[in-house]
Amino acid sequence: MRSDPKMFVPVARVLHWLLAAMILTMLLVGIGMVASVSARHDWLVGFHKPLGIAILLLVVVRMVVRWRNPPPALPADLPVLQKLAAFASHWLLYLLMLALPLVGWAMLSAGGYPIMLGTSLRLPPIFPVGAVGFAVLRHLHTWLALLLFVTFLAHMAAALYHGLIRRDGVLSSMTWRRDARGTADD
Amino acid sequence: MRDSPTTSAPPHHRIGAWLLIGGTVLTTAGVFAYAGGWLTPGRLTPERLVNQLQDNAGTFAGFRRNHAKGVCVSGWFDSNGAAQAYSAAQVFARGRTPVEGRFAIPGGNPYAADSSVPIRSMALRFTQANGQQWRTGMNSMPVFAVGTPGAFFAQLQATQPTAATGKPDPAKVAAFFAAHPETGPFRAWAKTAKPSASYATESYWSLNAFVFTDAHGKRQAVRWRMVPEATAADGVAPKAGDADYLASDLGLRLAQGPQRWKLQITLANPGDPTNDASKAWPDDRRTIDAGTLVLERTQPQDSGGCRDINFDPLVLPDGIAGSDDPLLAARSAAYANSYLRRTSEEAHWPGTPAIRPQPEHQP
Repeated sequence: MRSDPKMFVPVARVLHWLLAAMILTMLLVGIGMVASVSARHDWLVGFHKPLGIAILLLVVVRMVVRWRNPPPALPADLPVLQKLAAFASHWLLYLLMLALPLVGWAMLSAGGYPIMLGTSLRLPPIFPVGAVGFAVLRHLHTWLALLLFVTFLAHMAAALYHGLIRRDGVLSSMTWRRDARGTADD
Repeated sequence: MRDSPTTSAPPHHRIGAWLLIGGTVLTTAGVFAYAGGWLTPGRLTPERLVNQLQDNAGTFAGFRRNHAKGVCVSGWFDSNGAAQAYSAAQVFARGRTPVEGRFAIPGGNPYAADSSVPIRSMALRFTQANGQQWRTGMNSMPVFAVGTPGAFFAQLQATQPTAATGKPDPAKVAAFFAAHPETGPFRAWAKTAKPSASYATESYWSLNAFVFTDAHGKRQAVRWRMVPEATAADGVAPKAGDADYLASDLGLRLAQGPQRWKLQITLANPGDPTNDASKAWPDDRRTIDAGTLVLERTQPQDSGGCRDINFDPLVLPDGIAGSDDPLLAARSAAYANSYLRRTSEEAHWPGTPAIRPQPEHQP
């Protein structure tokens, strides 16, 4: 398939929506598990760790795909401030998507926990064991997660603004381009 | 190309579009807030549970919020291989596994007198050669008072000392026990229980049930306990007025030689309750001797190897899993919250109480 310069390549679109679903799930699981003493707590924690590592791996793949297939240019008439916001928020998203699983992994390492991704698969520690290191990384994990959630909301609102208000092709460059008339045009 | 700036929504469509955008953002934020418990202040969270522990005992920066007073120990576990028929965990293969542990008394006050409670606890971390760990926190009574996190929270609330007397309100305590008949077996035990003069002479029960899985995936519900080799006659009677006799007794005994416990694993029959730590299993259940715990050293808890360990009972190796006992997840969640509080205090994290030196002993 010849790629349309106004579209993200298909593999980028698949990764984007997959990661969006995984990250939103991850944020809800994370905030939910630390606020629960019910049986949910145990299976949410068990789910959180392998999902986090899966996100880390997919983000790396997503970055390679993006590097090899530069995204379509933003509309020429987009105000400079919005272009700047788009640029900064995307950098922030990638930074947080990479940092959160790594900080989580480091935090469990510092706490002296075995980093189990299931009943038998164990990752090696990546940070020396210590109470102070654990506390700092554990707080960092929470604050970065809240920042990621806010960035996620801003990204979603901006995408809808492009799709519903400006109708400038930015949103549809990441979808399958079913437009308002219900016809697929790719 | 339909996606040119000229196709932007006409003004009369924009209000609807903005509402849709705002609604999507608010709904997502609302789901997040609900998951985080902000919309349900009545929900029992680890935060509320640990706050209640602090309300009952006071806040002692740097210390565990429960079982605050204790000592570190270390040694090893010699497995005889008998439990391997039921669990594929490496710790049960014939051989030796290093152990870090901790003895403690319940309660959030690290300066409480050893004689103030009849219960002692033993927490252990077995580190297998494959890097997986088995952590367990056991207590010196055969049943827990209650079976659910909600009942445990209610018990804490009912036994919170009042400002006027510094003691729990007897009426509230009585009302709690009346409303919780499941506390019967524990209360029967507590009637005759005496604070022991030694950590080394106690048996320690897992209380919660767990599930062993053998190499073929066959499951078996179990409980375990550590049964001491030492007897009370080996020790020295605590000196009158000594509030910290347990640590000195342990030091004296270990100076004579290592202290040993047999790990006894009780196998549930089908139908035995695995979801209620307030109910003991019948005495005739098959029990296997899995090996010997050998403890040879003790260190103070502020510098010893156990200091930075969270003895979360759900840190388990392949071959051991949690059961449907609802207390397990609650313990895991609350211990994590307590661990974050005390490590944050070690780190002087902003907003945490400052660590103070030990107060002078009251005469």
